[in-house]
Amino acid sequence: MWEYAPAPESRDIANLKPNYRMFIDGQFVEGAGDPLKTVNPGTEEVLAEVSTAGQADVDKAVKAARRAYERVWGRMPGAERAKYIFRIARLIQERARELAVLESLDNGKPIKESRDVDVPTAAAHFFYHAGWADKLGYAGYGPDPRPLGVVGQVIPWNFPLLMAAWKIAPALATGNTVVIKPAETTPLTALVLAEIIQQADLPPGVVNILAGAGDVGAAVVSHPDVDKVAFTGSTEVGKIIQRQLAGTGRRLTLELGGKAANIVFDDAPLDQAVEGIVNGIFFNQGHVCCAGSRLLVQESVADELLEKLHVRVSTLRVGDPLDKNTDVGAINSREQLTKIQELVESGDAEGAERWTSACPLPDKGFYFAPTVFSNVSQAMRIAREEIFGPVLSVLTFRTPDEAVAKANNTPYGLSAGIWTEKGSRILWAAQKMRAGVVWANTFNRFDPTAPFGGYQESGFGREGGRTGLEAYLDV
Amino acid sequence: MSENRIAVTKTYKLYIGGAFPRSESGRSYPVVDANGGFLANAAQGSRKDARDAVAAARKAFAGWSGATAYNRGQVLFRVAEVLEGRREQFAAEVAACEGVPAKKAQSLVDAAIDRWVWYAGWTDKVATVLGASNPVAGPYFSFSVPEPTGVVAVLAPQESSLLGLISVVAPVIATGNTAVVVTSQDRPLPAVTLSEVLATSDLPGGVVNVLTGRTAEIAPWLASHADVNALDLTGAPESARADLERAAAGTVKRVLRARPAEDFTGEPGLARLRAFLETKTVWHPIGV
Repeated sequence: MWEYAPAPESRDIANLKPNYRMFIDGQFVEGAGDPLKTVNPGTEEVLAEVSTAGQADVDKAVKAARRAYERVWGRMPGAERAKYIFRIARLIQERARELAVLESLDNGKPIKESRDVDVPTAAAHFFYHAGWADKLGYAGYGPDPRPLGVVGQVIPWNFPLLMAAWKIAPALATGNTVVIKPAETTPLTALVLAEIIQQADLPPGVVNILAGAGDVGAAVVSHPDVDKVAFTGSTEVGKIIQRQLAGTGRRLTLELGGKAANIVFDDAPLDQAVEGIVNGIFFNQGHVCCAGSRLLVQESVADELLEKLHVRVSTLRVGDPLDKNTDVGAINSREQLTKIQELVESGDAEGAERWTSACPLPDKGFYFAPTVFSNVSQAMRIAREEIFGPVLSVLTFRTPDEAVAKANNTPYGLSAGIWTEKGSRILWAAQKMRAGVVWANTFNRFDPTAPFGGYQESGFGREGGRTGLEAYLDV
Repeated sequence: MSENRIAVTKTYKLYIGGAFPRSESGRSYPVVDANGGFLANAAQGSRKDARDAVAAARKAFAGWSGATAYNRGQVLFRVAEVLEGRREQFAAEVAACEGVPAKKAQSLVDAAIDRWVWYAGWTDKVATVLGASNPVAGPYFSFSVPEPTGVVAVLAPQESSLLGLISVVAPVIATGNTAVVVTSQDRPLPAVTLSEVLATSDLPGGVVNVLTGRTAEIAPWLASHADVNALDLTGAPESARADLERAAAGTVKRVLRARPAEDFTGEPGLARLRAFLETKTVWHPIGV
């Protein structure tokens, strides 16, 4: 095996500041909450101190958003809104390298992913939705579909900037104003996005970005003057929010957890499938709601596939997120690491067979070596619960019908994977999956033009495409 | 025939899985006309009846959602044909239940039949109108198709006993969902007669299940049932709506918070079709 010399990206590019402030009504302001310290999960060092919101700050942000909606943004012609949103897309592209390094510092994801996926896809989301702003009458929701008003959004830590883009871009394009709260452990890129929004000269109050923990998120989603809530996160919290909004008439879309099946049929191109399986579960350390965390392999090829998989996973380089050769970066937080460890222990206790990559791990920081469980049965926790880490559970099947039944045997329904050379089987299996996104002979592909979202307890509503506009329109 | 002939009266029953059982609870309740005159006893559906109906709807889902859109369209059109043959009976029941003049009742029935035809025609057009080929930035073919959400619990409007009922049921099943319908509590007779039409129109048993009884009693069991995917609150009692939504959150159900239209005769649009559809996006690489 080739040795790789370190190839670190410079952390100076991130323009890291000692303090970050929240963005309300076009201004960077201190909040009344206790400041939080955001940590580099790759080293456990404190990166910066971030001001957080108190209830009064949430009120202020919602008021600013309401004012901006009523006086400016809600009545601005779509063609004018579009140009503001195009500006945001361009500014993200111009500051792409800075954002990528900052994202890897704050989140722990490998720089090659933040550089090649998160940041460019975030820019693409703004670019795509900017074009919709003056074409909404052609979107199939009537000649002049109206916005909802003030939108409260709460996003997770796994794709901090990208999730902000997924939320803000369609809301703005449809004429809504935004109060958004990034995750407690990853607030930095959203606050740089606030700078970009300021540089783009968006009218004050159109986008407000608050920092803080779950209590701030709860204050945003339960604020009585918020017309619509969009949440991405765990199914557990999604249910709480759905309960909170019951009877209020406020709109809601949810993008929640998953436990995706990745099905490998016996005629699949195994080497290609191995790459897809690795991408499916080890991309972003497995911190992906649509991760292919349940591998379903046809029994006749299971041994061969598992052997190839072990060889391939052994070559994954785990370590410094800023190193351009790193494949798997740091787990986002100690809390998440503990959760992964606990679920892995349950796999051991319930009798699954654990294989862990012998890769070296850094001494400091939150890391977890890529792990593959075989001999997993459907009743085990590692086959049912979302682990949200670099841990794959392998189950087997004999017939296509059995594969479908096992794949759908979950309350979730976000994504699924299918590996086979047979076209008719791909379309058959894709039709049978009760999941919102089906990747055939590929995995973890995202694009602003392709609607994304779940069935069942993976949430409701879609993000992206024409379909995604519905979440922000009064239709 | 003698002018004094005694009519054969009908027992109004539930409709579950293609059969017409009485309520397992053995309960019934009197249905009266607009002037308080006795019309019939209707079955008073229970929690167990609701669960049986959900099981029947789930069992029917694979077949109905897997049928071709053309086939679903033909079956639904067949329903309209059979409805047409029962115009007089429906008009009499609507007039009695809603207390409207015969002429008005007839026009409501006609609008209901036409509404059913309208939705029957949508089965093989929804995917064209709501689906898409996605121009993704990479060597992939990506397409999105609408798919039925699953089992939908429908609380039918309380006032509009046939037109309102059909306006909420037809969009649910047109796209391949199966339904458990709780009828108007006090005006259930047209719904029971509709279930007789459905039973004789090639609609597979279990696609539509009809429960009569107390809406406030049955609805919570449907709202919290883990095998129900979506809930239509149209006919929910105002005081129960928030609680039903809260119960629905337990399994992240899709909730249509619509209220009954003041006048169901207007063109309905796509909102009710969209409310019970999922979008599935499929990707495949392109290459030689």
